[in-house]
Amino acid sequence: MSIAKRMLMRSAVAGVLAALATMPAHAGWDLLNMPKGVSELSREIYDMHMIMLWICTVIAVFTFGAMIWAMVRFRKSKGAVADGKMLHNARLEAAWTIVPVLILIGMAIPSVEKLIKIEDTSGSELTIKVTGYQWQWHYEYLGTGVSFFSRLARDSDAARQKRSGIDPRSVEHYLLNVDKPLVVPTGTKIRMLLTANDVIHAWWVPDFGMKRDAIPGFINEMWISVDEDKPGTYRGQCAELCGADHGFMPIVVDAKPPAEFRAWLEQQMAAAAGSRLAATE
Amino acid sequence: MGEHGHGPPKGIVRWLTTTNHKDIGTMYLVFSLVMFLVGGLMALVIRSELFQPGLQLVDPAFFNQMTTMHALVMVFGAVMPATVGLANWMIPMQIGAADMALPRMNLFSFWLLAFAFLLLLSTLFIPGGAPAAGWTLYPPLVLQTGQAFPMAIFAIHLMGASSIMGAINVIVTIVNMRAPGMTLLKMPLFSWSWLITAYLLIAVMPVFAGGVTMLLTDYYFHTSFFNAAGGGDPVLFQHVFWFFGHPEVYIMILPAFGIVSEVIATFSRKPIFGYEAMVYAIASIAFLSFIVWAHHMFTVGMPLAGQLFFTLSTMLIAVPTGVKIFNWTATMWRGSISFEPPMLFALAFLFLFTIGGFSGLMLAIAPADFQYHDTYFVVAHFHYVLVPGAVFGIMAAVYYWLPKWTGHMYDMALAKWHFWLSAIFVNVLFFPQHYLGLAGMPRRIPDYALQFTEWNMVSTIGAFGFGLSQLLFVWLIVKCVKGGERATAGVWDYQHGLEWTVPSPAPYHTFEKAPEVR
Repeated sequence: MSIAKRMLMRSAVAGVLAALATMPAHAGWDLLNMPKGVSELSREIYDMHMIMLWICTVIAVFTFGAMIWAMVRFRKSKGAVADGKMLHNARLEAAWTIVPVLILIGMAIPSVEKLIKIEDTSGSELTIKVTGYQWQWHYEYLGTGVSFFSRLARDSDAARQKRSGIDPRSVEHYLLNVDKPLVVPTGTKIRMLLTANDVIHAWWVPDFGMKRDAIPGFINEMWISVDEDKPGTYRGQCAELCGADHGFMPIVVDAKPPAEFRAWLEQQMAAAAGSRLAATE
Repeated sequence: MGEHGHGPPKGIVRWLTTTNHKDIGTMYLVFSLVMFLVGGLMALVIRSELFQPGLQLVDPAFFNQMTTMHALVMVFGAVMPATVGLANWMIPMQIGAADMALPRMNLFSFWLLAFAFLLLLSTLFIPGGAPAAGWTLYPPLVLQTGQAFPMAIFAIHLMGASSIMGAINVIVTIVNMRAPGMTLLKMPLFSWSWLITAYLLIAVMPVFAGGVTMLLTDYYFHTSFFNAAGGGDPVLFQHVFWFFGHPEVYIMILPAFGIVSEVIATFSRKPIFGYEAMVYAIASIAFLSFIVWAHHMFTVGMPLAGQLFFTLSTMLIAVPTGVKIFNWTATMWRGSISFEPPMLFALAFLFLFTIGGFSGLMLAIAPADFQYHDTYFVVAHFHYVLVPGAVFGIMAAVYYWLPKWTGHMYDMALAKWHFWLSAIFVNVLFFPQHYLGLAGMPRRIPDYALQFTEWNMVSTIGAFGFGLSQLLFVWLIVKCVKGGERATAGVWDYQHGLEWTVPSPAPYHTFEKAPEVR
């Protein structure tokens, strides 16, 4: 390598390092895996994911190991001579057909169990109807008269305009904040009814594990629950392409202990009744 | 065919009027390379916008046009025509036929395709822009498309007609024009993989055409196939689309399976291990591709029984795919391996396609898919099977047969640079997308929350590295066409197949007298 080239390389490396150093310390480098989440379902799904990941890793070690071994051991440059008579081997081929079938059966059993559990919405204590709009969510607590829209927070919306000049890093929960979050009680099985007003959307909060499409003219259902000891704010996004602002209709869920939730709901019911009264007068 | 013994006409007339399988193959391959670069530029627009949070370069509507067009161009313009070009060049030479069975239809299907893309790409310049509802064209969103809508649908119809004609041509050629002694189970695996691909094309292209025609009548004549208000169902389109779409991904990958089989055998200097099992594995994969489609749509709210069926049937695909991977490994076993550029690409295929296979197996499991669905994990998965899968397979084929086509050896050092840069950057580009998806980044969004910044930056750097490396590929091909060391008939040390019995470059007409195959 010539000196000029070496200097060029060195300055390039230095440039990349400088760029890396300016990144915030709480960088997302450690975001490598699915969140375990805060619900029974999300943990079941996480476990299923990890089972699959480990099985695939073990199979990968064997298959990649065999490939690498072949590439190292049977090189022409090392004087390897081809064995032109090695055409097939019925026993070996039967083995690598049957063994994968057995592994697949091993994977299938837990996945069937979990799927049956996921799809069982019976015994829910609260039903919330979610309607997707271009580009916001509408929530309705069935049987209470409480309903409201939930859309991208103003500061995120201002910062996300093309060449807005606002640094997204200066906005709290950039693109993952709304004006009015969905509020749910912890420790409660909640049935979600999903539909849409215009095009297909999908409601997804990774910490709850589940995602389901909201389809105009149809009602889908799923259930979620938040662990009793994990009240807090959980964030997600629309997951089905729904037009220009698909990336800008976040979901924020405020999970409160049941007593607090009841108080909140009663207050909302009173407000809703008040506004209905005002409307009729 | 009155001009035996003469060369082709000169100049542009040759390319407009040729019915020669080699000329048409060349046109398909050049067309595919151009589309690969066009689709690549669109990908770079996408990755540039995603380099950092905030919208710097494009508005969200144009971003959606880019994701939609990138996919349509790469699938229908780059990968499929490349494999058709390879089929045109190689199938007659591999089976000892003088040409394709239906040469005029062959030319017609090429020009249909070229016109279809002229139409599709022109939508970028009309008011309202190109289609932006994703290449999956889901209603009701796709029905919000403006003036581009009828143009896109017509372009898709033309592409479909072109593919069906190409497929008929392959089947008729292989069934009728094999040289004496070339029984089906002596046929090279590339030709086998294309025979099966052709049947898939004929089976599913009309289904897709039906689906998009129903979109057209919903749009213009207010039928309600996909509109719940009129008694229809938007999810019906998804079923129709994926009944086409799943076999479609095998249409893209099966020819690559064939190529990799040929290349690994050649550079291991040993016949392919388990030839018949390889044929049956391709056929099994093709059959299974018809009964797994709904794994693309686990979140639409199918009944439990449906989800179970599609989870289990999808997992089954791992069995014949595993057989292929193991047989390729066994072909290398006790071989005498050397690492020429085609082999390098085939080996990268072997490793990286397998990674795509693993993530595919994970996605097959419905309960886990509820998290993966529509995230960057899916984007990473299908790019692993399509880029270091199908595209690397096609590049292996180009490096394998280019001396046969041009009569020149290419620049081996340049080809190795192209390989190593592509193989490294393709992983820098796509591997971090697994992390992004698992961490919760949805696909098809132009802007993202701050925690996704770092891996998006890495991915974008990988995209530019990968994209720029492809310029080496173009330069290498141009250089090789213009000149270079003369290639022998056999080109490589170990040959299997009739194409290596004719001189390099392959004469304009080959096998006018059918060869005898023992």
